[in-house]
Parts: sequence; structure tokens; C-alpha cells
Amino acid sequence: MRTWLNRQRLLIEYTVAALGRRRARSLGLLLTYTAVVFVLASVMLFTHALRQEAARVLAHSPEVVLQHLVAGRHALIPADYLERIPRQRGVREMTPRLWGYFYDPVVQANYTFMATADAPPPGHILIGPAMARARGVAPGNLIAWRAYDGAVHTFTVAGILDAHSELMSADLVLLGEDDFRGFFNYPEGQYTDIAIAVRNPREVRNVATRLSEALPDARLILRDEVLRTYAALFDWRQGIVLAILSGALLAFALLAWDKASGLAAEERREIGILKAIGWETGDVLRMKFWEGALLSGTAFLSGYVLAHVHVFHLHGALFRPVLQGWAVLYPRFALPPEIDPLQVLTLALLTVLPYTVAVLVPCWRAATTDPDAVMRS
Amino acid sequence: MSQPLIELREVCKTYNDGQPNAFTAIDGISLALEHGRISALRGPSGSGKTTLLTLLGCLARPTSGRVRIGDEDVSALPERFLTELRRQRFGFVFQQFNLIRGLSARDNVMLPAFPLGQPHAVLSARAQALLERFRLAHRADAPVEWLSGGEQQRVAIARALINDPDILIADEPTANLDTRLAEEFLQLMAELHADGKTIVLTSHDPLVLDSGLMHRIVTLRDGRVVDAQ
Repeated sequence: MRTWLNRQRLLIEYTVAALGRRRARSLGLLLTYTAVVFVLASVMLFTHALRQEAARVLAHSPEVVLQHLVAGRHALIPADYLERIPRQRGVREMTPRLWGYFYDPVVQANYTFMATADAPPPGHILIGPAMARARGVAPGNLIAWRAYDGAVHTFTVAGILDAHSELMSADLVLLGEDDFRGFFNYPEGQYTDIAIAVRNPREVRNVATRLSEALPDARLILRDEVLRTYAALFDWRQGIVLAILSGALLAFALLAWDKASGLAAEERREIGILKAIGWETGDVLRMKFWEGALLSGTAFLSGYVLAHVHVFHLHGALFRPVLQGWAVLYPRFALPPEIDPLQVLTLALLTVLPYTVAVLVPCWRAATTDPDAVMRS
Repeated sequence: MSQPLIELREVCKTYNDGQPNAFTAIDGISLALEHGRISALRGPSGSGKTTLLTLLGCLARPTSGRVRIGDEDVSALPERFLTELRRQRFGFVFQQFNLIRGLSARDNVMLPAFPLGQPHAVLSARAQALLERFRLAHRADAPVEWLSGGEQQRVAIARALINDPDILIADEPTANLDTRLAEEFLQLMAELHADGKTIVLTSHDPLVLDSGLMHRIVTLRDGRVVDAQ
């Protein structure tokens, strides 16, 4: 065992020296390799963290949301819905909701207005942090909007919503029901949708089926479906970024293959010398294995660590606009560091393994030639 | 007469055997080289000196015939065992020295011993001792491309000796040396002979062949032995 370890140590030592001798080539390859791993890992880490964050946030969202449809479009909830829903078996609680969108031409952004039971007093609103930044307002300031009916409404900012929930509350305006109905000229007794809680979480799908049979003109949105939609959306965005980068990735793959598989005359000569002076084919291959593994392993580690810093400390600055979505009011939020071992393993296999193999194949060919060739060089 | 250390029986070496461009470099040579002797292979260019040296040094296998090293028939040994044999029993000094550029003299000397897995400190000390013996201790850390031709050759000899082989193979060792360095090389060969090493070299340099050091001179022409003094 000690002999084996000593031999590996000596081979690694030789490999490091060999990489040092071809400094420009090795460094160029290492930097390009690191950059590729960095990009791939950044996209993977960012998307994974977004998916996890979305799942965490949505864990507190309603199990079922019911909307009324007219001609296939989302319409206001009619009053009789409020009486029929609680009668359905399995429904624990029903909360009619009032919400809508408002376009603010001052900052050219859309806000989400929502009436809430624990809203501030009439004439007061709570606003999201991104919106407060965009409008430059603080608690106590007045804010005026011209509603869709042309009337101007003035509100006092009662407070800014917690920055921890910024992912969901960046563009949110919370106000009382009366203010909401007044601002949007919303018909009395009607609602935007209904949030439904079920008695047994395992029965969500059955309750939803019963509801849709009882209310055929309703659309039911399950929390699990929303989660799946988010996951698909982030996967789609991840795919878009990777597709855009695929040209660069392909170029790198070609470069790596070319550098790894094309043995320079100098390297071929070196292998011949090593074989002539008593190295076995296996020793040469082990040495080359270490070369590939050290280079790709270092690139993988550096790229992954840089990606981690980029995503979780620099907030994924490079890919944030694409992966997060397009908006005027970008939420500021820190993604909790999430590492998926399977993802790390996949990335390692996709980056370290191909290069190591690409290094070994031509070497195997060179190392299995007769060592007497070196006598004739 | 003692048993020969290296023995060849009806050895042939044909390159590209069975193809239209087949070329027979060694054509039925039988030869026995004794232990502790210095033997020289001489002949014009293309006479098969280097090919014969590769067969003697187990760098290549014969197309036909038998090669014995000591008691062992090595003609058909698999590459792995041949490599092990080469590492244990042979040291090589190539015409172009074939040192690895960018590595220090000491690292070059240590290279043949790497696959043995001995501790680095032990190897390093042994390499340093060899470099001291060849008056190169002060150049141990210098990259080999910084060394003069004579120094490079001495590094190559030190490398050949790191595994303490009993046979030293040298291909045209003085071809790239001036007279003074060639004489210095012969002096080193005399010292190694005194240590009990068996030395086989190729040369067409009169300085080597007429030095009086050679116990045996084998003359080759067209892949055959024409004279074996």
C-alpha cells in the first residue's frame, strides 16, 4: 500500500511538473475549463435554488384556488359560489380574495393590489420593498394614483413589507377591502378568486374533483400544479440559457478534445523516453490519468466554488435577469445556499470524466507502441 | 568460458513484416556477450547496429530467433515483463541523451525509479549521490536544457544507473561530443566497468573503438555479423 501511495505521489509530482512545463497551454485550458464549469454550475445552482425557494414560499400558499370562468376567461366570483363551496365535502375553510393589477406610468411597472383582512386603516397601504425603492417612498409619505376610472386616489404609506418575503411581495400593495373596491370600482359582493383549505391534505385532488363537478364553470388551481409550473418554468429558462451558451460549450468541448486527444510530438517523444527507461504502459496511463484528473478536477472545483460565490453571494448577477424573469421591479432577495449532491455529481461526470478519458485514449495508443522508437528519434 | 550474460540465436528483425515495404534490419545473427565486458557494435550507417542494440536491451522483440538474458529466454515475454526486466537489469544512454526538457537534472535521474514506488527522499538521495559521482552536484537543480552537451550526457549516464542495473546500453555515445568530452566518457566507462557493469555500445568513432577499452568489437554489415573480435 505504501509503495502504491509512493508511486502515485511520484506520478503526480511528475504530472504537475509536466503541466508546469507546458504552462501557457495548461493555464489556458484550465481557465477555459473553469469558465465553462462556472457557467454551467451557476445556471444549475441558481435554477435549483430558485426552484427550492419557490417551493418554500408556495408551501404557505392555498392548497386550492378556485376561479370563475366565463367564455374560458377568468371572471369575477359570483355571490352564489360563496354559499355553495362550504357545502362541499372535504372543504375546511374558504377565503374569498380580492386582488388585481395596476399599471403605474410613473415607474412603468405593474403592481399587485390585494385586499387583506389585517390591512392598515382606510386610506393607508402597505407596499412591497421593490416598489418603495422604485417610487422612493417611506412610511408616512403620501402616494397618489389615477385609477382606471380616471379618479385620483391618495394613500398614506403605512409601512414597507418585510424584505424577507421580497420574492413574493416586491410589487405588492396591501390595502383594506373598502379601499380596494373603491380604487378599482369593484362590484360589491364579488371577488377575484377563492382560496380553499381542505381537511385532509391527501384528499386535495378528490376535493378539487368534487368542486369542479359541482361548479362546472370554475377553474381549480392546485398548489402542486403551481409548483410543477414553476419548476417547468425555471427548467425552461435553464434550458434557454444553456441553449444560448451551447455554442460556447461546444467550442470548449472541441478545444478540450483537440488539446487532450492530439498528442504533441514533444509529448509523444516523452512517452517513448519514459517507456524506454522502464515505465510500463500502465505507469504512463496512470500519469496521464492524473494529468487529466488534476486539470479537470481543479477546473471543476474552482468553477464550482466561483459559481457558488456568484450565485449565493453576488446574487447570480450574470444570469439573474434571464433566470429570474423579466420585470421592472426586481425583487432583491438572497437565495439560501442549496447544494444538490446529485447535481454536483452530474456536473462532475459531465466535465471531469470526458476530459480524463479524452486524455487517456491517445496516450494509450502512444504508450502501447514499442519503446525502441525512441532509439531512432 | 562462463555462461554469456546476453545470448542471441539466429535472431531476425523485420520491420513491416508481411507488407510490401518489409525491411529486414537484422538477418540471422547469433552472438554471445559475457558478463563484465565492454562490447562495441560497429558498422556503417544502416548496418543494423541500433536495431541489434534494441534487441539486446529488450526494447524490441525479435521477429524470429531467441534472445536470452542470463537464464531467461526473453524473446516472447509480454511487454509488461519485458519492461520490468529492462528496468531492473538495463540502463540506457541514448545518442540524443533523451532527457526530459524542463525537469531538473536530479528529477531526470530519478525518473526510471518512479514506477518502483520508493520514498521520494530515498530516490532523491540516490540521484544526488550519482550526480556527485559524475561531478554534477552543483547542477542538480538546473533544468537539463541549461546544461552543456557533456553535462547532459553525464546526467543521462546517471539516469541509466539509478536502478543499479548490471548492463549499460549506449547508442553512439560520443557522436555529439568533442574529443575532450569523448575521452571523459571513456573514463567513465572504465570506472563503470571496474564496478562490474557489462557495457554494450554502438559506435563508429575511432576514438572509442581504438581506445583499448573494448573487450570485444562486433562488426555488422547489412544486418549480419561480418566480424566478431
